[in-house]
Amino acid sequence: MDPRAIPESFHIEPPRGWFNLRLREMWKYRELLYFFVWRDVKIRYKQTAIGVVWVVLQPLLTMLVFTLFFGKLAKLPSQGLPYPIFYFAAVVPWMYFASALVNVTNVVVENQRVITKVFFPRLILPFSAVLSGLVDFAIGFVVLVIFILSYGIRPTFAALLLPFFLLLAILTVLGVGLWLSALNALYRDVRYLMPFIVQFWMLASPVAYPSSIMPERYRWIYGLNPMAGVIDGFRWALTGHGQAPGAVIVASSVMVCLAVFGGLIFFNHMEVSIADRV
Amino acid sequence: MTTVAIQASGISKRYQRGMAATSGLLRDTLALALRSPLKLFRGDRKENFWALKDVSVEVNEGEVLGLIGRNGSGKTTLLKILSRITLPTEGWAEIHGRVGSLLEVGTGFHPELTGRENTFLSGAILGMSKQEISRKFDEIVSFAELEKFIDTPVKHYSSGMYVRLAFAVAAHLEPEILLVDEVLAVGDIRFQKKCLGKMGDVARAGRTVILVSHQLNQIRRLCQRVVWLDGGCVRKTGPAAELVSAYEEDMTSGTLEDARPAEGPAQFLRWKLVGENRTADHILPSEGETSISFLLRVNQPLHGVHHGIGLYDQHRHLLWGNAVDGVTLEPGLHEFRYTLPTLPLRPGVYSWRVALYDAGVRIDDWECVPNMHVVTVPITHYRDESAGFLNIPSNLQIHPADSFQ
Repeated sequence: MDPRAIPESFHIEPPRGWFNLRLREMWKYRELLYFFVWRDVKIRYKQTAIGVVWVVLQPLLTMLVFTLFFGKLAKLPSQGLPYPIFYFAAVVPWMYFASALVNVTNVVVENQRVITKVFFPRLILPFSAVLSGLVDFAIGFVVLVIFILSYGIRPTFAALLLPFFLLLAILTVLGVGLWLSALNALYRDVRYLMPFIVQFWMLASPVAYPSSIMPERYRWIYGLNPMAGVIDGFRWALTGHGQAPGAVIVASSVMVCLAVFGGLIFFNHMEVSIADRV
Repeated sequence: MTTVAIQASGISKRYQRGMAATSGLLRDTLALALRSPLKLFRGDRKENFWALKDVSVEVNEGEVLGLIGRNGSGKTTLLKILSRITLPTEGWAEIHGRVGSLLEVGTGFHPELTGRENTFLSGAILGMSKQEISRKFDEIVSFAELEKFIDTPVKHYSSGMYVRLAFAVAAHLEPEILLVDEVLAVGDIRFQKKCLGKMGDVARAGRTVILVSHQLNQIRRLCQRVVWLDGGCVRKTGPAAELVSAYEEDMTSGTLEDARPAEGPAQFLRWKLVGENRTADHILPSEGETSISFLLRVNQPLHGVHHGIGLYDQHRHLLWGNAVDGVTLEPGLHEFRYTLPTLPLRPGVYSWRVALYDAGVRIDDWECVPNMHVVTVPITHYRDESAGFLNIPSNLQIHPADSFQ
């Protein structure tokens, strides 16, 4: 249907209200969201000489380093899993999280030219950055599954919960990313903070070690980090080994929902002036 | 019966000057907070200025409206508000119809992507649906004359090719309301003409257009009505031909005397182009003499001062400069008249700067506003990027080189 068949009117006025997501408008611009994701993916694979290989190589090499240093040398416990599996199952979701978080943070600043020249719901940008990272994740995930099967580990029904953990990871990126991307548009030094944020966050998540080494009475604080639940959940759902996330995941989910909600309000609030400030 | 497509009422836009001026780094804000914590909480922390003040505009369906005014008069801000890129601080607007805005050529282009990919991407960003782009794709490519290179990454394009493709995409946008900002000033002349033709088609097709341009002949040709913005306010609204002439008149003779406060030993008050060669149409001839006059008011006698002049293009490149020392002036009004045997400038916006210094101490240093608009015909290389700064006529002869020493 020709979109012009429906006459369209809109009203322009000074910003008012503190929460107006205009979801209908987002829906109207869904094709643009697709194009932004498509652009990100295309450019990412064009700019690297070896393209897809790089996407596989990155988590594989990280896994090898972890296996060697944290596993073979430091001899950290691995919940009865072979080290490569133990690390790979955590590195794949972690890498999605880390790269998507950095991309979301930079997305408004990187698109400032477009933002100052054309109207579209700005919220599309962080959404596109969250989604485009999923392509890398999907490739890594396929390799991960092949890897696990080749080790003779058979997934259990717990694997059905994987989409939930992935969703939790996506929402975590979104919840934190919305804050960071709006802040980054205001203060460019947020960009310089990112490597530290990502690094500390990784140490605070059970990527390089199992969460069981955390003393029981601090476990609830640990659960406030949604990525702890995600990483534990991934390992558990894929291999059937390790910690089945319990109450912790509820705390994580609540945290994430709060972060997303707050992030939407904050981004929305900043959105009206983003074109004036970037 | 005419229906209103755009109605804007009492639109004002306030910017905070500090916002753009500071580096936008958190550490600066923190530093400010440490130095003067109270300031942070007071409203007067940043200097405000109004880019638009109480602007009301009405555009009928199918009308082509021109927006004219000096740099910084608020034309682009108004377009940005009407296209919803930024929101007004006060006032409201009602828009009836799908809006397409063209504030730059090549919005959303990415150098790594091919021409084909960029066509889709830019089209989508400008508001076309995927289906619409697919349908018009062949037309766009042949309009841009890039059939052979459409699968080449645009980073390998010449700037002319880039602009052609970018404009071709934009020209095939078919919104009911089109907002255009100065984008026709690019590309080679032949392609510019083609785009103007396309714009004319758009206008004739009954679409509503608001066009911002410094090329006043374009405004004259395409627009029926013109809104003249001055300092963020509507100075005048009326028929295109009449207003453009009035505007040109205003542009060629500098500011009013009261625009510059009367202070100091001496002051430049205004400037104007003079002489027989300057036609009423404000077209600077490429050949022949041009004179420019600056009016100086001297309040106290000046002895042996330094006077300098500079001509800048819109990118602040100094194109021409001159200076004299040992100027002595009695109180009163003085005219400084420069006569240039030729002023071979390409079409565009230029500005003057005149100064008086006494032993290195500034008496007056005036960056002349308004700018000078040159609306001459470019006679050099047909591709803009190869034409250079100057519009010098040339004559090429090719003959056997037997006699070449």
